[in-house]
Amino acid sequence: MTFDAAVVRKDFPIFETETRGKRLVYLDSANTSQKPRQVLDRITQFYETENANVHRAVYELSEKATAAYEGARAACARFIGAPAPRSVVFTRGTTESINLIRFTWARQNVREGDEILITEMEHHSNLIPWQLFVQETGSILRHLPIDDDGRLRTDLLEEYVTEKTKLVSLSLMSNVLGTINPVRTIADAAHAVGAKVLVDAAQAAPHLRFDVNDLDADFLAYSSHKMCGPTGAGVLWGREELLEEMPPFHGGGEMIREVWADRATWNEIPYKFEAGTPNLAQAVGMGAAVDYLEGLGMEAVREHELELTRYALERLESIGATIYGPRELHDRGGVVSFNVEGVHPHDMSTIVDQEGVCIRAGHHCAQPLMRRLGVPATARASFYIYNTPEDVDVLIEAVEKSKGWFA
Amino acid sequence: MVRVSLEDLYKEVILDHYRTPRNKGRLDPHDVLLERNNPLCGDEIELFLKFEGDDLQGISFDGKGCSISLASTSMMTEKVQGLSLEDARQVTESIKRMMAGEEEGDMNELGDLVSLKGVVKYPVRIKCALLGWNTLLEGLEEGKPAST
Ligand SMILES: Cc1ncc(COP(=O)(O)O)c(C=O)c1O
Repeated sequence: MTFDAAVVRKDFPIFETETRGKRLVYLDSANTSQKPRQVLDRITQFYETENANVHRAVYELSEKATAAYEGARAACARFIGAPAPRSVVFTRGTTESINLIRFTWARQNVREGDEILITEMEHHSNLIPWQLFVQETGSILRHLPIDDDGRLRTDLLEEYVTEKTKLVSLSLMSNVLGTINPVRTIADAAHAVGAKVLVDAAQAAPHLRFDVNDLDADFLAYSSHKMCGPTGAGVLWGREELLEEMPPFHGGGEMIREVWADRATWNEIPYKFEAGTPNLAQAVGMGAAVDYLEGLGMEAVREHELELTRYALERLESIGATIYGPRELHDRGGVVSFNVEGVHPHDMSTIVDQEGVCIRAGHHCAQPLMRRLGVPATARASFYIYNTPEDVDVLIEAVEKSKGWFA
Repeated sequence: MVRVSLEDLYKEVILDHYRTPRNKGRLDPHDVLLERNNPLCGDEIELFLKFEGDDLQGISFDGKGCSISLASTSMMTEKVQGLSLEDARQVTESIKRMMAGEEEGDMNELGDLVSLKGVVKYPVRIKCALLGWNTLLEGLEEGKPAST
């Protein structure tokens, strides 16, 4: 029971525009997604009829704003199977969520000589915070390798997950390879040595149905803007008992309970981690994005993307492109990184742009992974609910054209 | 303002320099070797410079990158080889102003380099076009400043 992408496409006003005089073929949703009218309208409605600050005033309008904001929190919790809304902290996005863990839980629990394990395929946002952290604390950062198909070397877990490991932080789905990682297997190994597991679900949340309990994650981060929601909103989910024990992140209004001139006590979770006025309209918009995706059904989203990915892989192979990442579809999302002999991805991107096709070219915020793949850059097409097989056809034609130029 | 289509931009001069880069490979002996990259796209160049008094006697480059960064660097080596350090610096500054859209650029002066103007229309590619030039500016700093 999938949906008609051509109909879904009509929900997205951006597709009424043209680019370079052509039909917009947007194949960069792994970077950021487009936004449906339903989400845009919800944000406007908030500003037009519910806008006030939350949790601070006793008048009705503020109650409305608070209800909208907390309603979004409940939706974001439900979306990932979180047991309670209070375990969901609103942040600016995945990057901030990961940094929150760095400055709170990690500072409290990871000492000199301890190890943090990430993987060779991480986005810079799940790499740089840990590089900085280990520099500050004398702890050690390790990287679980990938194999040549772009899958994690789970056969090496015993070597990489040791008594010294305190945190394993990894993506559920790679933004370059499309690989869907066996997080549960890795979480089991981590928990066996008492380590905690932080899941970067920035790429998974827009495309896959998952549940924090099934993953057995301890923390999980995702961003609104990649899943039909506005920029400036994201989630850090954490096990309640861990969030309770953690020190605050930013200091300021809202995160306190009682304040004296020289000290303060902290608000309950999740507010302890939400200093200052939150991005209210963005959080409300993120909630609307959850509703929108759930309306389509995440299983249907996945099914639709599988079909497109299968078709794209087939067509790209038929024109001799080199494809990075797993070839079987069962553990691969709708992200396809590729290169065409003789055409630098940057040149390709500029040339296909002339045909209205938006693809990303570069290192995709994963320079160590590019080094592992042995390429300076790749082109990347990523698919979402509004893409159609016709989009793939336009892409292929445009890529062929770029090949022609450099032949 | 000349209207340069992408087609023209790539096809003529840039593809020519991309396919047959001038002054590509190591230069030995050299006085300066700089390795720089464009973090946006992973383009990398190595630039070799050889000075003779106040002149840039020799220049060559090596590296990987897109057509625009490699062609631009190739054209650059042709343009500045043998110039005085001061003249090389001036040409570079002038190209940078042209790419920033601040200067038209003199067709007669620039020769092949005029093809780079087409890149101005593609702002994200300007960094590619300037990778070699920015590296050259740094390298010239290491040469003897023209004494006054
Ligand atoms: C796998 C992955 N992790 C983290 C991020 C960072 O997300 P954000 O920029 O929304 O903080 C991204 C975004 O590109 C991503 O693809």
